[in-house]
Amino acid sequence: MVKPDISTELSGIRLQNPVIPASGTFGFGKEFAELYDINILGSISVKGTTREPRFGNPQPRIAECPMGLINSVGLQNPGIDEVVNKELPELSEIYHKPVIANISGFSVDEYVECAEAVDRVENVGIIEVNVSCPNVHEGGMAFGTSAQNIAKVTRAVKAVAKKPVYVKLSPNVTDIAEMAKAAESEGADGLSLINTLMGMRIDVMRRRPVIANKMGGFSGPAILPVAVRMVYQVSKAVKIPVIGMGGVSSARDVIEMMMAGASAVQVGAANLTDPWACKKIIEALPGECEKLHIERLSDIIGCVE
Amino acid sequence: MRDLVFEIKENKRIAKDVYEMLLSGDSSDITRPGQFINIKLEGFYLRRPISVCDWSDGKIRIIYKVVGEGTEYMSRLKEGEALTVLTALGNGYSLEELHSRLSGAHETRIILAGGGVGVPPLYGLAKRLSEAGMKPDVALGFNGAEDVFYKSEFEDLGLKVSITTMDGSMGIKGVVTDAMRNADGSARYDYVFTCGPEPMLKAVYEAVPEGQFSFEARMACGFGACMGCSCKTKYGNKRICKDGPVLMREEIVW
Repeated sequence: MVKPDISTELSGIRLQNPVIPASGTFGFGKEFAELYDINILGSISVKGTTREPRFGNPQPRIAECPMGLINSVGLQNPGIDEVVNKELPELSEIYHKPVIANISGFSVDEYVECAEAVDRVENVGIIEVNVSCPNVHEGGMAFGTSAQNIAKVTRAVKAVAKKPVYVKLSPNVTDIAEMAKAAESEGADGLSLINTLMGMRIDVMRRRPVIANKMGGFSGPAILPVAVRMVYQVSKAVKIPVIGMGGVSSARDVIEMMMAGASAVQVGAANLTDPWACKKIIEALPGECEKLHIERLSDIIGCVE
Repeated sequence: MRDLVFEIKENKRIAKDVYEMLLSGDSSDITRPGQFINIKLEGFYLRRPISVCDWSDGKIRIIYKVVGEGTEYMSRLKEGEALTVLTALGNGYSLEELHSRLSGAHETRIILAGGGVGVPPLYGLAKRLSEAGMKPDVALGFNGAEDVFYKSEFEDLGLKVSITTMDGSMGIKGVVTDAMRNADGSARYDYVFTCGPEPMLKAVYEAVPEGQFSFEARMACGFGACMGCSCKTKYGNKRICKDGPVLMREEIVW
C-alpha cells in the first residue's frame, strides 16, 4: 500500500497534516521548539491575544479532574502590539508555515482592532476569533453564548480582515449549531470548536473552590465525546470547514474528530501532560490510517452520516 | 528537558505524612539545586511537580508530603516500580548569583531557611555550598516534633542546624525566623536561601535583606506553556515553573 496521504486543507491553505496545537496550550511555540522540530505541525494556534496586556486571573488557576483539568488562566497575554511586533515575528523564525492568530476582546471594537493588527502579519494564515473564553467576565464567552453577538462580532471582523476568519465556539450553549449558523451567515470562513466546558471543583477539606476564580474551563480526554458530538452537529449544519478540538490525545482521536466532520484538529490539554503529544500523534497518523484502510485522510472528513 | 523512566529504589516514611523516594535513572539534566521534576502517575491526569532534594550520577532523591490523592498514591509505590518523569524543570538556586554578592569586604552570613516540605531542596543546596567551602547556618521550621526530618543529614554536612516547631515539641518554640534574629531583633544574616509556605517566605523576606526564594504553585504543564502558575514580579510576569521556582528577593511582589 502507498503511504497514506495525511494532508488536509483549510480555506485554501494546505496543511501537511491536520494536527494543530490549540491556543493557550502552546504559548508562541518557544518552549516546544526546544524539544522537537515544530515544523512538523500542520499549523499552530497561538496564545489568545487581547488589545491590552493582561495578567489574567489570581492563583490558583489550575484544578485537576479525572481525565482532564480545569484552567482559569484568564487570557494572560502581552497585548496585541507585542504579539504582532515580537511574538509572531519570532515564531516565524522557528516555524515556517502560516499560523492561526487567536484573538479575544471585551467589545466589538476590540475584536476589530486585534483582527486588523494580526491581519497585517505575514505569517498569520487564519484569524481565530475567540468568542468563547469562559475565564473572563463580560468579554469572551459573553459574546459566544448569544447568536446575535456572534453575528455582530463576525460581521465586524469580516469587514476588516483579508485573511480567513474562523470563529471559535463555546460548548456552553443550548444549541451550538445555531451559533455556528450565526457565524456562517455573517461570512465566517470556518469554525473552531469546542472551547472548554465550564467546570468547578471544590476542596472538600477546606470547603472552598479549588480555583481562585471559582469556575474555569474543563478540558482533556473527558470532554472528547462532547466535542465529537458538537463537531458532528455543527458540520452537518454548516458548509464552511470546521477545526475540531476537545480532548484529542491520539491519532485515533484525530481520525474520530475528522469522521465527525473536522477538516483539521487541534490538540490542547494533551500538550500539557506530554509536551511531545503533537509529535507523537503526527508520527502515529500514517500507521493508524493504514490500519483503518484510509488512503487519503481528507476523504474521511464528515464521512459519518 | 526530557521525559525519562526511573526505577524506584526506595520509598520510605521519614516523618508524619512525609516520604523519601530514591529514583535510579539518568539524572544528568539536573544542573542546580532547587530544580524540580514532574512525575506522571497512573490514573492521574496531571503530573506531580516535586522538588529535587539531592542528586548524583544516576540517582535522584525526592521528599514529598502526602497532601492529596496523588501523593497518597505515590506513598504506596514499591521498590522496583517504574516512574515516568519530566526532568529537569525550573531555574533552581543560583550559586553564581551568591558569588556575585560575596565580593564585599566583610564576611557574608548565609542562612538556609526551610519550612516543612520546603526543606528538601535546601539539602541539595547545602551539600553544594559545603563542597564550595561555605558553611551556611540552617534553620528548619516544622509544626511539631513528629514532622521533623533531615536534621541529622544537614548536621552531617558540618552545619549548625536550628529546629523550630510551632508547638515547641522540639527546638525553639515558634517560627523559622525566630532562629534568624539576634536577641535585640536585628537581622543575624546577610543572605538567605529559602523554601516553604508563602507566609513563611514573607516572614523570611522581612528578616533577611538579600537572598533567593523558592515558591510553590499549582501547575498544569510545569514547563512554561500553560500560564497556570504565573505571578507578578518587579520585572514583569513570571512563570513559577519555568522562570522560577526561585525568585531573587529584590524582584518579589507580595
